[in-house]
Amino acid sequence: MPAPERSTRDAYGQALIDLAAADPSVVAVDGDVGSATRAARFAALHPDRVFNVGMAEQDMILTAAGLALGGKNVYVSSYASFLVGRGYEQIRSAVAIPGLPVKIVGSHCGVTVGEDGASHQMLEDLALMRVFPDMTVLVPADYTSALALLKNAVSSRGPVYVRLGRSPVPDVYADGDEGILPGGGRVLREGTEVTVCCCGIMVSEALRAAEVLARQNISAEVIDCYSVSPLPAQSILDSVHRTGCCVTAEEHFARGGLGEGVAALVSGAYPVPVKQVAVFDKFGQSGSPAELQEYYGLTASQIVSAAVQAWTMRRR
Amino acid sequence: MTPDLNGLAEHASAVRRDVVRMIGVARSGHLASSLSIVDLLVWLYWEVLSLRTDEPSWEDRDRFVLGKGHGCPALYAVLANRSFFPREELWSYRRLGAMLQGFPEVRRTPGVDAPGGSLGQGLGLANGLALALRDRASVPSVFCLVGDGELQEGAFWESAMTSAHFSLDSLLLLVDRDGRQMEGATEDIMSLEPVRDKFLAFGWAVEECDGHDFASMEEARARLGSRRGKPGCIVANTVLGKGVSFLENDPSGGRMVLGRDSMDKALRELEKGGD
Repeated sequence: MPAPERSTRDAYGQALIDLAAADPSVVAVDGDVGSATRAARFAALHPDRVFNVGMAEQDMILTAAGLALGGKNVYVSSYASFLVGRGYEQIRSAVAIPGLPVKIVGSHCGVTVGEDGASHQMLEDLALMRVFPDMTVLVPADYTSALALLKNAVSSRGPVYVRLGRSPVPDVYADGDEGILPGGGRVLREGTEVTVCCCGIMVSEALRAAEVLARQNISAEVIDCYSVSPLPAQSILDSVHRTGCCVTAEEHFARGGLGEGVAALVSGAYPVPVKQVAVFDKFGQSGSPAELQEYYGLTASQIVSAAVQAWTMRRR
Repeated sequence: MTPDLNGLAEHASAVRRDVVRMIGVARSGHLASSLSIVDLLVWLYWEVLSLRTDEPSWEDRDRFVLGKGHGCPALYAVLANRSFFPREELWSYRRLGAMLQGFPEVRRTPGVDAPGGSLGQGLGLANGLALALRDRASVPSVFCLVGDGELQEGAFWESAMTSAHFSLDSLLLLVDRDGRQMEGATEDIMSLEPVRDKFLAFGWAVEECDGHDFASMEEARARLGSRRGKPGCIVANTVLGKGVSFLENDPSGGRMVLGRDSMDKALRELEKGGD
């Protein structure tokens, strides 16, 4: 398999460029990390439509909220650790409670940030964002889905959080795939014996895990839950109804992320065993992205092992 | 233009009475902090802001952001007296399902341009509004009123830098300098002085006024002039609880909830002042 070339963050600048051509109200707020978040590619073409407020994440959110109040269609992006972490109360008071359609884009999520280590590896952003009523939370798996979700979020009537990563990831979707919409999910592989709900970098891991499971005669269904909130509830429930067990996989703390969302959904509607593949009770650390994925168990082989456990636990 | 001072004083008196009544009826709300900003709001809403009361969402209107959200009874009473919504709404302030929430909500209340409640955030919202509106053919002004205590929020100064960096000369910030905060005098709790010099150092044009004297407000605004390229700030010296003698500079920080008797007493004082 050729080495992946594109990261989800690479889609950000392109999405803004594509959107700006069609909608004069699209603007971006940057916190002096535009070359890292790829907002700089947009700024080079439309310098008058990007507001760099410097290293001031709280003010970034407020500026974005004010721009939205003034009728602009706003994207605001920085490293998720600081944008969502430091700007949390501004997001709550100035975006989520008033329900403003601000698109908050957190880049550099998860341990695959790599060498920068724990301070920069955001592992709790989904927990912080998915608790808000009416906040759409999106986690694309690859460049194509990131581009589609970032662009389709433009017409959202409420706030949106999009989680992006630093490192290149394998392509999952064919270029130009349409119909990757906020609030949705995609059954990428059909199966009958275990449901794998995944998002972000764990989608390609889940597809590889499904190949391994197939060789062990366990038929896995893989659902890309790129909309972590609201979840693609019907797809998940239809699937667990058939398979009777579930695995979740995400590059996030086990607490508060996709896994807990799926577990709450399933336990309330059609209880089946749910096993989580996630980061358990540890912050990140320095290392190469590949080493860290292995160290924290964010791999296809961990999904295989969780799937076998879930499958043996099911009541049939 | 010389402001019609008598007319404004009558409006201010009516607004103060409504503020006392609505907080009295709700038995909840920040009375003294609301009374200190009544004159500033009356000046803005009757003399300064370009608005259409029958079209609250008119795109070219001037915008107003209330940073000190706990003063919203004054804003609500002003909006009601300017006919943005029926005055009857004032009596359900802070009730379950009410249009007038404990802190301003932009989608619930006609005439409210920005959310409030978390101190230190108003200026950042006003900056965003000014940036959004500055490419319009006729540039609306953005006014923001903040309390002095909230200048202690660090993020406020991030926003103060942004206003100056982006040369937001359509922005006018009013600082309600009553010198009091929750637990006492601002200078005892966390010194703010020299307030004027802080804004000057951040690249602002700064003037001072008496926040209970309409002519003084108008003069301060005139002295700021067009302030080409600079955001403007007026430090308005005010009295906490202004208009009700037993609330003025009340050492409890104005958190007193008025009983029936004190409410009547306050209203009698305000009736007299309005004559």
